[in-house]
Amino acid sequence: MRTINKLAQGALAATLGLAFSISALAADITGAGATFPYAVYTKWAEAYQQTTGNKVNYQGIGSSGGVKQIKAKTVDFGGTDAPVSEADLSAAGLVQVPTVMGAVTIVYNLPGFKSGDIKLDGLTAANIFSGKITKWNDPAIARLNPGKSLPGTAITISHRSDGSGTTYAFTNYLAKQSMPFKSDVGAGNNVNWPVNAVGGKGNPGVAANVMKIAGSIGYVDIADAMKNNMSFVALKNKAGNYIVPNQQAVADAASGANFKVKGMAPDLLDQVHKNAWPITTATYILAYEKGGDASRQKGVVDFFTWSLNNGQKMSEELGFVPLPPNVVKMVEAEMKNIK
Amino acid sequence: MSEPSATGEIDLHAKQVAKFRLQDKLFHFTTQLFALVVLAALVGILVSLAIEAWPSLKAFGPQFLWTNVWSVPDDEYGALAAIYGTVVTSVLALLIAVPISFGIAFFLTESCPLWLRRPLGTAIELLAGIPSIVYGIWGLFVFAPLFAEYFQPPLQNLLGDVPVIGGWFSGPPIGIGILTASLVLSMMVIPFIASVMRDVFETVPHVLKESAYGLGCTTWEVMRNIVLPYTRVGVIGGIMLGLGRALGETMAVTFVIGNANRIIPSLFAPGTSIASTLANEFGEADPGLHIASLFALGLVLFVITFIVLAISRWLISRSMGSEGL
Repeated sequence: MRTINKLAQGALAATLGLAFSISALAADITGAGATFPYAVYTKWAEAYQQTTGNKVNYQGIGSSGGVKQIKAKTVDFGGTDAPVSEADLSAAGLVQVPTVMGAVTIVYNLPGFKSGDIKLDGLTAANIFSGKITKWNDPAIARLNPGKSLPGTAITISHRSDGSGTTYAFTNYLAKQSMPFKSDVGAGNNVNWPVNAVGGKGNPGVAANVMKIAGSIGYVDIADAMKNNMSFVALKNKAGNYIVPNQQAVADAASGANFKVKGMAPDLLDQVHKNAWPITTATYILAYEKGGDASRQKGVVDFFTWSLNNGQKMSEELGFVPLPPNVVKMVEAEMKNIK
Repeated sequence: MSEPSATGEIDLHAKQVAKFRLQDKLFHFTTQLFALVVLAALVGILVSLAIEAWPSLKAFGPQFLWTNVWSVPDDEYGALAAIYGTVVTSVLALLIAVPISFGIAFFLTESCPLWLRRPLGTAIELLAGIPSIVYGIWGLFVFAPLFAEYFQPPLQNLLGDVPVIGGWFSGPPIGIGILTASLVLSMMVIPFIASVMRDVFETVPHVLKESAYGLGCTTWEVMRNIVLPYTRVGVIGGIMLGLGRALGETMAVTFVIGNANRIIPSLFAPGTSIASTLANEFGEADPGLHIASLFALGLVLFVITFIVLAISRWLISRSMGSEGL
């Protein structure tokens, strides 16, 4: 019954939100979608309003919600972590551009071990997260960490219980490393975690579980990991180097990717740069090529053009990684199609 | 010629009566309309749940209820794990909460010193007013770590080797799971059940209790033979109120149950409940079978709540019947 109440409340809130967006001034724009960039979009919107006086309202309702809402034309732009395919973009007449990058990091809690003390490669990480490796002193982990005395503590996997773009990026990375992971666990927003796994709500929920449970390993976005001062696993990248995640390693991963494709969503996972962090992600916005209201369409372009050129420092402070300058140029060119 | 004054008076009177009657009718219809809104909302929710859940019900049939699969990648859904988690946590929570609530109500009405009665009663009502998310956060950040360190290992040492029961307490002591959810839930329903029980215990006429004491009954005997039989209906009502709250509790359970969409036959293991599955997955649910199955879960919770309500009605009417009331 309570859930039903909540649903009804949600519906009411949505209706009210719609009413507000209709009554808002023409220059004000509304977006909705992925929760991952919510912090940076609202920060940008605040600064943008101080400079230009124009309001931008972004609601973090989830990536699939963002795609749904822009297709239903209830918002001026949609936000999504999982890029929409080229075919879908063409069919719907949508433009898609990246706005900011992030990283999914592997964090752990093993008493006596500090950040970067544990090294893993992609295959071993996949075997841990599919439940094949259940103890910290498993030979597969010991082989990658010579000279360390690993305890026989049971591994507890900590994952997102809510459907999430973080899970999407992380499981897609692991699925690339191991076919059995792909078939047993799967890759997507929600997957089939093994028996030794606990789910936490949101990045903070996973972070809390990892910090509370000795012997646990989990994945959270780099912003939450840094905020909570968590211990990172050093992960082997495609070039064979063990990388402790940091913002520079994310920027390095993007530097080798080819953004010159429709939708501007190249695969940023497992990039070849020698310092690239392997689980690098970007988040995207969607807008119509031909919108109903030209001033609102321009509002979207203006807001993101301003943010990409003035918001780098704000995104870094929040644990995000700005797009490389050459990609910003490409995004600006692509946004010319939003009319 | 008749007396105009008299008829005038009667007319005036009749008018007044007619006006009152109209007012009464208006009042009657307005309140009836309000009452019908409740019914319309109930039917509306049921129908819209059924419509949204239809693709899932059509795809999986009644097996949806007893299939132990919840796999988004394979697009296969069954409600068993969520039903199991919901029922087990709620029943365990009641097993813990009912005796404690009874003790609280008993103490407050029978043996509590007068000066303590009000502060204690108010404290219980305040507990009932705490938002559930606060219980959830407290459960995750305060209770679960303490539980993992000081309760789970000793329990495992004590009961781990006992056949059958040992299995209930197997698995790594991680602090969150079915048992933790049940304990947090019991904390949440105790104030509800205790305050209802206290209120109904206070309705027992003093003369009945005094007579029993006069016959030499102990406090317990008065409770057992006078108060409980007299208030049986209210006590059942209070317990059912607690059960209803436990079944539908969302945020607190989501925080501490561990959110594993499977049945692991240990109380220390993570599980899931219907409400927590909905809270977790609704936001990013894939269109199609996934979202339809979430609606179907909502429908199942609706039906479970309805069954609980029906059972409590039946219990109440049965106990009333046996009293000859």
